[in-house]
Amino acid sequence: MLDIYDFYDKMERNNIMLSFKGDVTSELLTSILQIMESKLDNMQEEPKVKRKVYNVLVECLQNLYHHMDEIDQNDKVAEKGRAAIFMIGRVDNQYNIITGNYVKSDNVNPLKGRIDTINSLSKEELKEYYKTVLNNGEMSQKGGGGLGFIDIARKSGEKLAYNFLPVDDRYSFFSLNIKIAQN
Amino acid sequence: MEKLSIEGTPKTPTINFDFGSGVLEIKGRSIPENSIEFYKPLVETLEKYSSKPQANTDVNIQLEYFNTSSSKCILDVFKKLEAIHKNGNKITINWYYEQDDEDMLEAGEDYQAIISVPFKMIQVEE
Repeated sequence: MLDIYDFYDKMERNNIMLSFKGDVTSELLTSILQIMESKLDNMQEEPKVKRKVYNVLVECLQNLYHHMDEIDQNDKVAEKGRAAIFMIGRVDNQYNIITGNYVKSDNVNPLKGRIDTINSLSKEELKEYYKTVLNNGEMSQKGGGGLGFIDIARKSGEKLAYNFLPVDDRYSFFSLNIKIAQN
Repeated sequence: MEKLSIEGTPKTPTINFDFGSGVLEIKGRSIPENSIEFYKPLVETLEKYSSKPQANTDVNIQLEYFNTSSSKCILDVFKKLEAIHKNGNKITINWYYEQDDEDMLEAGEDYQAIISVPFKMIQVEE
């Protein structure tokens, strides 16, 4: 039998406020954002922190959402591909937003390169980089334009912590942990 | 005179654009997954307006949140306004931000640095 207490205990220790695993749809994003907004209001979180958490949540969740489209539906691992995990918790005056999803192994190095570039930049350099990509960057059909990670790094003020775990010869599991300080 | 009115939703802003008064207002949240689709009517309306604009156009942007996919569309809107401005018509972009919302002020300044149209940064009480 599934050890539900083990889940509970882990979530309790990491002070998880909300978690989700499965297919990421537009309706789901709307619900998660509504729930998190009312939770932050109930906790009487400072408007400044609340806005940062909300902004970063939107970008993280929409990253997952847009990524779903890239996964080949007819793929044998398609079910895997369309699933993602998301959680948000708060420990030691810091919000942790954690996402995880499958990426094709071919995409690991380019993605890693993009995040490493962002992590190497100072606050001012990030601002300049954002403006350059905003003004010159190519836009995908739905309006994604490679700004998401830059914006997350700017708003959180922290380096983007990530990991790639090889799953089989074609897929890796990409996880991202965004920290937002409460003060 | 032509008008564009789009009612706001939890993910998209209220948009009011009145050709007669030359006032364009974007207010609320702009966090749709597909922002190109959402902003298309506004970009098209601005295209029409640009052939016969008012001598003065006031643009009021009062956003609580916007996602990065909207940020590109908002830049497109500003580029249309920039073209009208270059043709010798007066445009002012009023960028509203809440008192302690430094991120929103900074976002306005980012646009100000890219677009050659006068910007006014206006602080509002929460």
